Amino acid sequence: MLMQPDQTHDLPKVETGPPILALNRVTKTFPGVTALSEVSLELFPGKVTALVGENGAGKSTVVKILTGIYQPDGGEIEIDGTPCRFPTAQAAGDAGVTAIHQETVLFDELSVAENIFLGHAPRGRFGLIDTAEMIEKARAILVGIGAQIEPRTKLKDLGIANKHLVAIARALSIDARVVIMDEPTAALSQKEIEELYVLVEELKDQGKAILFISHKFDEIFRIADNYTVFRDGALVGTGSIADVSEAELVKMMVGRDVSQIFPNRAHNIGDEILVVEGYEHPTEFADIGFTLHRGQILGFYGLVGAGRSEFMQSIFGITRPSSGVLRIDGKQVDIRSPADAVANGIVYVPEDRGKQGAITALPIFQNVTLPSLGRTSRNGFLQLAEEFKLARDFTERLDLRAASLDTDVGNLSGGNQQKVVIAKWLATQPKVIILDEPTKGIDIGSKAAVHEFMAELAAQGLAVIMVSSEIPEIMGMSDRVIVMREGRIAAELSADTMTPETLVRHAAGI
Amino acid sequence: MSDTSRSIPDRLQSPLERRLKSWETLLLAVAVAIFIVNSFTSPYFLNAWNLSDMTFNFTEKAMIAFAMALLIIAGEIDLSVASIIALASTAMGAAVQLGVGTPGLVLIGLGVGLLCGAFNGFLVTRMGLPSIVVTIGTMSLFRGISYIVLGDQAYRGYPSDFAFFGQGYVFWVISFEFVLFACLALIYFVLLHKTNFGRAVYAIGNNAVGAEFSGIRVARVKFILFLLTGLMSGVAAICLTSRLASTRPSIAVGWELEIVTMVVLGGVNILGGSGSIPGVVIAAFVMGLVTFGLGLLNVPGIVMSIVIGALLIGVIALPRLWENWRMQAAKR
Repeated sequence: MLMQPDQTHDLPKVETGPPILALNRVTKTFPGVTALSEVSLELFPGKVTALVGENGAGKSTVVKILTGIYQPDGGEIEIDGTPCRFPTAQAAGDAGVTAIHQETVLFDELSVAENIFLGHAPRGRFGLIDTAEMIEKARAILVGIGAQIEPRTKLKDLGIANKHLVAIARALSIDARVVIMDEPTAALSQKEIEELYVLVEELKDQGKAILFISHKFDEIFRIADNYTVFRDGALVGTGSIADVSEAELVKMMVGRDVSQIFPNRAHNIGDEILVVEGYEHPTEFADIGFTLHRGQILGFYGLVGAGRSEFMQSIFGITRPSSGVLRIDGKQVDIRSPADAVANGIVYVPEDRGKQGAITALPIFQNVTLPSLGRTSRNGFLQLAEEFKLARDFTERLDLRAASLDTDVGNLSGGNQQKVVIAKWLATQPKVIILDEPTKGIDIGSKAAVHEFMAELAAQGLAVIMVSSEIPEIMGMSDRVIVMREGRIAAELSADTMTPETLVRHAAGI
Repeated sequence: MSDTSRSIPDRLQSPLERRLKSWETLLLAVAVAIFIVNSFTSPYFLNAWNLSDMTFNFTEKAMIAFAMALLIIAGEIDLSVASIIALASTAMGAAVQLGVGTPGLVLIGLGVGLLCGAFNGFLVTRMGLPSIVVTIGTMSLFRGISYIVLGDQAYRGYPSDFAFFGQGYVFWVISFEFVLFACLALIYFVLLHKTNFGRAVYAIGNNAVGAEFSGIRVARVKFILFLLTGLMSGVAAICLTSRLASTRPSIAVGWELEIVTMVVLGGVNILGGSGSIPGVVIAAFVMGLVTFGLGLLNVPGIVMSIVIGALLIGVIALPRLWENWRMQAAKR
């Protein structure tokens, strides 16, 4: 299938030279989700292309396809105009594509030189690694990018910024022609970011094509030459950065109808139930405070890594805040463990269902009753009939689909697993329920069921906190939204003042 | 699928059906087979007193194995149990030299066991150290103390009524140890399979993070399990010391591996999360029968340990081989 760019999108031709790497109408589906739908992307020599989109727009999937971790279901990858396939990460590397990830994939216990040359170290006699040569080459590369790092240092002794430099050195050592940078500045200080910009310029001068993924508009406008915007796994715009404004980019990222699929809600806001003041954590968040009323749905929006989950887990007693006050029903409580939180009526549906939310090797009914065993048992002895009754009551309210209540949770679909986790917490009769990305990775049908149920819970007077990175979900469900950025509250918006644009602006800090 | 009266059944498979297809049933068949083979190969086997003697091969180890089963199901392990026996026995022996009577000796035995268990539990749950490392350390530490105290000496002179725990009979051929073993089996069965605490043990073993996120106090449960294992080691120390009527620092050497073998043979997943007390009870009988049967045939001890090892690997490997073979047959 040959790509006719002007036919599908009336976009300006941004570059006269041929691209090094091109994706042509690449599609990737996962069970229940289309992650990428016929997206195209072109990377030119000596140019930085910024890939922009909301969380879940398909950026990470593209990176994984380009680095041989995922195989596309349709469309093709071209290098220098020749179609090719990357069945393994090795194949992508051999084709000259390398990626520097948000969290660098390096090995703490190996030396810097070993990290740089892992898998392609210079060989000496008998095929053994020529350590001296490797260290010299590593030193040369590091000097070339202006990094003052001794190649014999163990990686674990370096700071995060230097680890990034090692990752970049590794990218250069395999003579990459295409360098993917996935939020490279997320963990760096301003000075380190400046050094990174200089490095990007050098890579450009060497004629490498760079794919730069970032949420920060200032840096996109500073170093990118071209842009490509994804939304919901589809390409919505591409062109030269000189021809576009920030506002236009934001609009492309979020522009869609957000109100239609969400339930209409009765807004019976009741008494104050939860008050949080001055919550602080040494590294994750600072100065968080808000009040929550019965019957209210409070949304927490922000970019991945803004500290929302970490904050929620501190309310739930997983991590201890260094300071802060929490009052429930006007009474100050000290929550030292999840057991304390549950006892005080605060429950948490985590984002990571498989690890934190459910115990997948145990049957449905045991998962549901686990925090409620005190009520279903007699003097500490299990009462199976009571357990089945409680589990049936709450799973049926959520319209769970399962062969029996004795089925292991691991055998259920993601949506039904989520229903089990929610049922587990509702069975404890909580006052406040925190839902962390409640519909992430679940199918559309279950999504709607979860949304409807959330609305119903609020109508019954439960206070709901919903952490979500999906703007439609935030807009469609919340009475009020707190936007977090870099561990702090960036804004608090009411239902009538929030727009997709204001949310993105506050989250990205522009 | 819009039938709103649709109801999810509790279970598709009855508990009885599940039991018949279980590991315990297979193991029971093995035990019966060994029993039959033994009764044909040795004329002395089918004798009430000989069979009663046989139970001493496993009763003390099984007492510890019950607590160890819970600990392993919860994803931890205690390799210091045999050394706790040595330390508890040494403490009792030293107390005898000071003229302490039987009730005092029992309290000292149980107390030392509890203290050792608390020490292990503290290091694992409070300091966050891996239990396999902690208890390999305390294995050397506890027995090392015995060696320092005793050297190549032995404590003797236990009071005559102290002998009842290891040598007494409750009724005809039924020994006190066997009655204690049966009572503890029942107690641990109820604790693991019928209480909230037992449910928490399974939840922790399958997913400790998920259990914590479900409001289970994971560290507290694990600490209690270390306490129980220490306490059972103290109980075993009383029985064994009473039976031998002396204490040497090499008492119960190597038992920790036999106990872990018993637990794993009983169908407890060494990685945690599954297993049952009936399985451990049957495994105790299997190991007792094998050792005793071979003993009657005058097979040397070293060969016995080879047989036990082969049994363990065989019983664990066979179901897996069977499963692989079935999968391949299904592919064709």
